[in-house]
Amino acid sequence: MRRPFRFSTLGIIQTVIALAIVVGVTVSAIHTINGGLLSPDDWRDLFVYGISQGSLYALIALGYTLVYGVLLMINFAHGDVYMFGAFTGFFVGDYLASSEFLDTNPIVALVVMLAAGAVTSLVVAVLLERIAYRPLRRAPRLVPLITAIGASLFISNTARGFYGDGVKAYPHFEMLEGRIDLLGIPVLKGHALVIASAVILMAVLWWFVNRTRTGRAMRAVSEDKDTASLMGIDVDRIISITFAVGGALAGAAGVLYAIVYNQVIWSMGFIPGIKAFTAAVLGGIGNIFGAMLGGLMLGILESVAPVLLLQGWGVPSPNQLRDAIAFTVLVLVLIFRPYGLLGRPEGK
Amino acid sequence: MHKSLKWSVIPLTFLFILAACNNTPGESPAMSSEPSASQLAEDPSAACAVLEGGCFEVPAGEPLTVASALAISGDVAFLGNDTNFGIQVAQEERGQVLGRDVEVLHEDAGCGDAASGQTAAESIVANTAILGVMGTTCSRTAVTAMPVLANAGLVMVSPSNTAPGLTNPDHEQYGGPNYFRTAYNDKVQGAAVAKYACEVLGVTSAATVHDGSPYAEQLQQVFVDDFAEFCGGTATSQNAIGVGDTDFHAVLTTIGAEAPDMIFMPIFDPEGPLMVVQSRDVPALADTIFFGADGVKDAGFIAAAGTIAEDIGMYFSGPDLSFGSRYTDDFLPALLEIEGTTEPLAPYHAHGYDAYNILMDAIVAAWVGDDADGTSYFAKNLIVEHFATLTDYDGLTGTLTCNGGDCGSEEVSIAQLQGGVYTEVYTTRSAS
Repeated sequence: MRRPFRFSTLGIIQTVIALAIVVGVTVSAIHTINGGLLSPDDWRDLFVYGISQGSLYALIALGYTLVYGVLLMINFAHGDVYMFGAFTGFFVGDYLASSEFLDTNPIVALVVMLAAGAVTSLVVAVLLERIAYRPLRRAPRLVPLITAIGASLFISNTARGFYGDGVKAYPHFEMLEGRIDLLGIPVLKGHALVIASAVILMAVLWWFVNRTRTGRAMRAVSEDKDTASLMGIDVDRIISITFAVGGALAGAAGVLYAIVYNQVIWSMGFIPGIKAFTAAVLGGIGNIFGAMLGGLMLGILESVAPVLLLQGWGVPSPNQLRDAIAFTVLVLVLIFRPYGLLGRPEGK
Repeated sequence: MHKSLKWSVIPLTFLFILAACNNTPGESPAMSSEPSASQLAEDPSAACAVLEGGCFEVPAGEPLTVASALAISGDVAFLGNDTNFGIQVAQEERGQVLGRDVEVLHEDAGCGDAASGQTAAESIVANTAILGVMGTTCSRTAVTAMPVLANAGLVMVSPSNTAPGLTNPDHEQYGGPNYFRTAYNDKVQGAAVAKYACEVLGVTSAATVHDGSPYAEQLQQVFVDDFAEFCGGTATSQNAIGVGDTDFHAVLTTIGAEAPDMIFMPIFDPEGPLMVVQSRDVPALADTIFFGADGVKDAGFIAAAGTIAEDIGMYFSGPDLSFGSRYTDDFLPALLEIEGTTEPLAPYHAHGYDAYNILMDAIVAAWVGDDADGTSYFAKNLIVEHFATLTDYDGLTGTLTCNGGDCGSEEVSIAQLQGGVYTEVYTTRSAS
């Protein structure tokens, strides 16, 4: 026997909010587009910029989501792991540039820089887990969270002590000047590099997690550590590998970021770290595809939404409100799907 | 008895004020004369008891302690460190005042977070030995520091705050009567940029970018107002970015769609160089003139975006550092030796030097006297009074006269990067 359809008060409120949002967004977008300030090419460029930025967020967000998957903790020091990778890329790239190797073999130099950044961040992430988090494995969940914040401050200020306060210019790649045609869309070469690298790295991660024994062990630990241990899995080793994988992705993202934006600074990990965490939550923390989707969504929202939603109404400096818009979307997503876009409720 | 003492102190108070007003203008630090005994109270403790605001007391054998509250950590630490080095040069030249050593305590007032100004100020007032403060680096931290310092009777002289609101009694960010600065007011810098844009560059439209800080927001507003007044220039948009943002493609694309002749961006590192680097990715801005201010006119900007800024012919406004031979022959070599560089880190080192020396003069002028056990007394109000009445002071940065908190030289220089060095292309000194 079918249950009769019933309206709940919460359901009605959610439906009304959702309709109001859809109407508001549609009207605002039409208003802005009709205003004609930006050309179709401008909108396309904003969209591509958003995908590029979102790809970086996604690569960093994967580290958050992998660690959360196995430990149920937020590693707030992950943004600083990313920063260390960028700085390693800087020193390696600076050396390669001064020896003119970068000019004569730019592709090899790029790969070397990416590898160096990834390996350094991998080492930092593994050391972080071993020194700061492993002793707290059985502690209440708040304890490693606070430790992560402390570790973040420690790592960023260590970098400040080593590398100084000022910004440092990243080695310049002539081959990344200008635009390249991708599917008929002219994309900045630097952004194309970021997007292509992110796709490749995420594909490798998917293969690693789903097609290798270690990946299966990671998923088993993520499901249930005690049962995985009974099945002969070395849980500590798998957790270390998880940190290593997340760290390597963050290190690569750091180098890519610095190549595109041409500079590094000791404080560069904080804001992208927060954004990537947001992306991971938006997509459903603990879910690899969720982190990818959340990163891309956040990047596109930041790039397109402020102008699309606010410019038409004459709101001054709409781009200053991009974080407000992005986080409003996050809150709305969590209202309707508390476990994120692709996440699943705990226990299911 | 007590009543007669009170009456006897009134003429003494007048004497102190006269002493402050009569402090010889234009004295160089080395020539500063100390008050004669006739100017001092026979019982300084009693004199201080009836002085409004009271006195600072420095026990026998203790140094005269002042504080610097600058940004010595964070993204703009190079600004605060540069100023501190200027203060250090001054202290090495004038390390003893009234027969006591001078000690400078360094507090970190930060820049990015306004609350760090208040935190530094609270730390300073907790130390009752401190007689005056040199700071802050950024205007936003001065706004939160000043109420705390003023409440303790301390004077603050900033070598690098430039936001107009800090010395405007009608502005919500007014620093109060205990606030002074040896840097110029951005009403001067904004006007110079507008004048240069109108008369030399011949632009008719401009967009501005600020980061929400009092410095950036007020400076771009001064520019917009003067740009309209001087030549009817139009502000296509006044944009804001967030401190810590790294991707500016969206805001640059929006600005590019408005096709302004010029973008005036009085922001800081690292946002400033990031924005210049990313501007190359927006074809609509290919012919747009970029104009930064003193917040990015530093060595860090050259390292991060110098080549691109030079290629696009970017302009930078800032204080005119043509301070003469005393600066180039004596001060600069000493500064560079301390900094360990071939170029200064930032533009406000000489302003720090002047701030230190004026503060020392103020302490001398406010000296009430020593009591029998050697404790020195310094009238709080006379320190403020010395700054407020400062006239034609022969400082390193020029001839300084304090007018409602503004004591700085009003000369502005505009430069471009040539061969990796900021090279002056215009100065109000020559224009006036």
